[in-house]
Amino acid sequence: MTVLETRSIADQPRYDCRDAYVETLAELAESDHRIVGVVNDSVGSSKLTSFRKAFPDRLINVGIAEQDMVGVASGLANGGRIPFVSAASCFLTGRALEQIKADVAYSNTNVKLCGMSPGVAYGELGPTHHSVEDIAWLRAIANLPVIVPADPIETAAVLRWAAASVGPVFIRVSRMSVPKVYSEDYEFHLGKAITVRDGSDVTLISNGTILWRALAAAERLAEEGISARVLSMPTVKPLDTDAVVAAARETAGIVTAEEAVSGGGLGGAVAETVVQHHPARVSILGFPEFAPTGSAGYLMDRCGLTPEGIADAARRLVTTGT
Amino acid sequence: MTLTVEHATMPVLGRLPLHSSRAEQIAHIAEAAKQIRIQDLALVHHAGAGHIGGDFSAIDILATLYGAVLDISPATVDDTERDRFILSKGHVAGALYTTLAAFGFLPVEELATFLKPLSALNGHPNRNKVAGVEANTGPLGHGLPIAVGHALSAKLDVSMRRTYVLVGDGELQEGSNWEAMMAASQYQLDRLTVIVDRNRLQQGATTQETNDLDPLPEKAAAFGFAVVEVNGHDHGELLDVLSAVPFRPGRPTFVIAHTHKGHPISFMSDNVAWHHRVPDAGEYQQALKELA
Repeated sequence: MTVLETRSIADQPRYDCRDAYVETLAELAESDHRIVGVVNDSVGSSKLTSFRKAFPDRLINVGIAEQDMVGVASGLANGGRIPFVSAASCFLTGRALEQIKADVAYSNTNVKLCGMSPGVAYGELGPTHHSVEDIAWLRAIANLPVIVPADPIETAAVLRWAAASVGPVFIRVSRMSVPKVYSEDYEFHLGKAITVRDGSDVTLISNGTILWRALAAAERLAEEGISARVLSMPTVKPLDTDAVVAAARETAGIVTAEEAVSGGGLGGAVAETVVQHHPARVSILGFPEFAPTGSAGYLMDRCGLTPEGIADAARRLVTTGT
Repeated sequence: MTLTVEHATMPVLGRLPLHSSRAEQIAHIAEAAKQIRIQDLALVHHAGAGHIGGDFSAIDILATLYGAVLDISPATVDDTERDRFILSKGHVAGALYTTLAAFGFLPVEELATFLKPLSALNGHPNRNKVAGVEANTGPLGHGLPIAVGHALSAKLDVSMRRTYVLVGDGELQEGSNWEAMMAASQYQLDRLTVIVDRNRLQQGATTQETNDLDPLPEKAAAFGFAVVEVNGHDHGELLDVLSAVPFRPGRPTFVIAHTHKGHPISFMSDNVAWHHRVPDAGEYQQALKELA
């Protein structure tokens, strides 16, 4: 199922996952009249201009009003529609957090929340526009799956799954350019990790825009004789406990790497699981504080979210256990 | 003599036949409102908690909606073409539960479980637990955006179904309402009706002392709504207004229902202390006498 051409992962063509998002949404909307888009003036930033052209009545723009946007989506779902809310993740999750909790998750409404340009994608715009907290915030809310696709193929697969399943979901859709990690026959299964590279010395767990970097880190480690398992963890919640526990049992430790805060997100979820089931060393890579000024790439480099940074953390685990 | 009320004694009312006269409808609503108040008083007294002031402020509006306006019944509670009613001021869940029980959506006996462990009747309504509840509300400023979504879905479906939402006046201090009003106007949702329970009191003080809403009619009109003011305890006025929406084609309707918190109990009416005070044994008896 997975493409394991890891020898050249860093050199492969790059894609903007929003293109897969809008193509898939249009394809889904074509075959299911219930699907509507809901945006907060974010037509362009969500790349939904073509969707609006194809389905003018079915792209509902409530203006710059995120609380209203999520409430409206909940009402649309009550009326039988399947709303895909599309807005910058920083504003969708931050400004409408209570609506996400009460109107979507607690109400069990069939609303699909799509957080666009998450993490540090809006690099130079600063921490007000970064959405590194979204996963930690939403992971605390019951009845809300949290999914972080890693490439355009996974983004499309997750959207198809979301449209077919009944109930709330949060999906991160990145604008950062990423190589394809999966082959076209990829199938998404909620709550299941994917072993994108097998290994026995150490485990790297990642998702989203960082997954390919974890694969590249594993390539480097292999050249040094360190066998790294790479687990793709698109579903942060519910987490694949079995895969994490197996990694804790079978390898020297786990490195998690994500475009998110270094507490409360994927790393936090993995650490909680390990502590409860099979204590092991977990090294958590992410953003520990508000970011300084800089491009997304610069900020990732600075926080060690690079193939070399991830490999470094893995080496330390294998050689010194820290 | 001590008066007692058993929930099971409440007669289950229904929606009158469509050919009923206005006088018959008003009498029906008045009887429903009386029964609902008696049951709600018992509900709060027995549970030892609740929001009786806001309940009594809203009950005439609820009785009018369920008694003669909304096209919904226990048999059509999941019908896609049903009218929608959203209680945005979710803290008056007790009034909604007793209303739903009065019209047969939920067993009258179940009212005795209000706030008890594992009861479906939470302190704030839950759509997945109680038939007839359309939205999980409680935090303020949520109902109106959800109602806008309902009304939009109806418009997309080219459906004649209507959406009514009851908001508290203090609740309008939440900015999300004004976001939703802009969208309702933009999308010309003329089958959406916002009813404001304008009792001029919020939890701790008057709205005027806290964050004044006036001039409310002008504000709503400026946001593109057709605005109507009614006596929120006059069943005839409520019936006429709520049955006649939209007042202007292409515009959502904003009904300002002038009410009194705690109405019509002498010692509760317009008394801010009764936002969530619980009547003691003597007050319970006194209130029952006044309602009888």
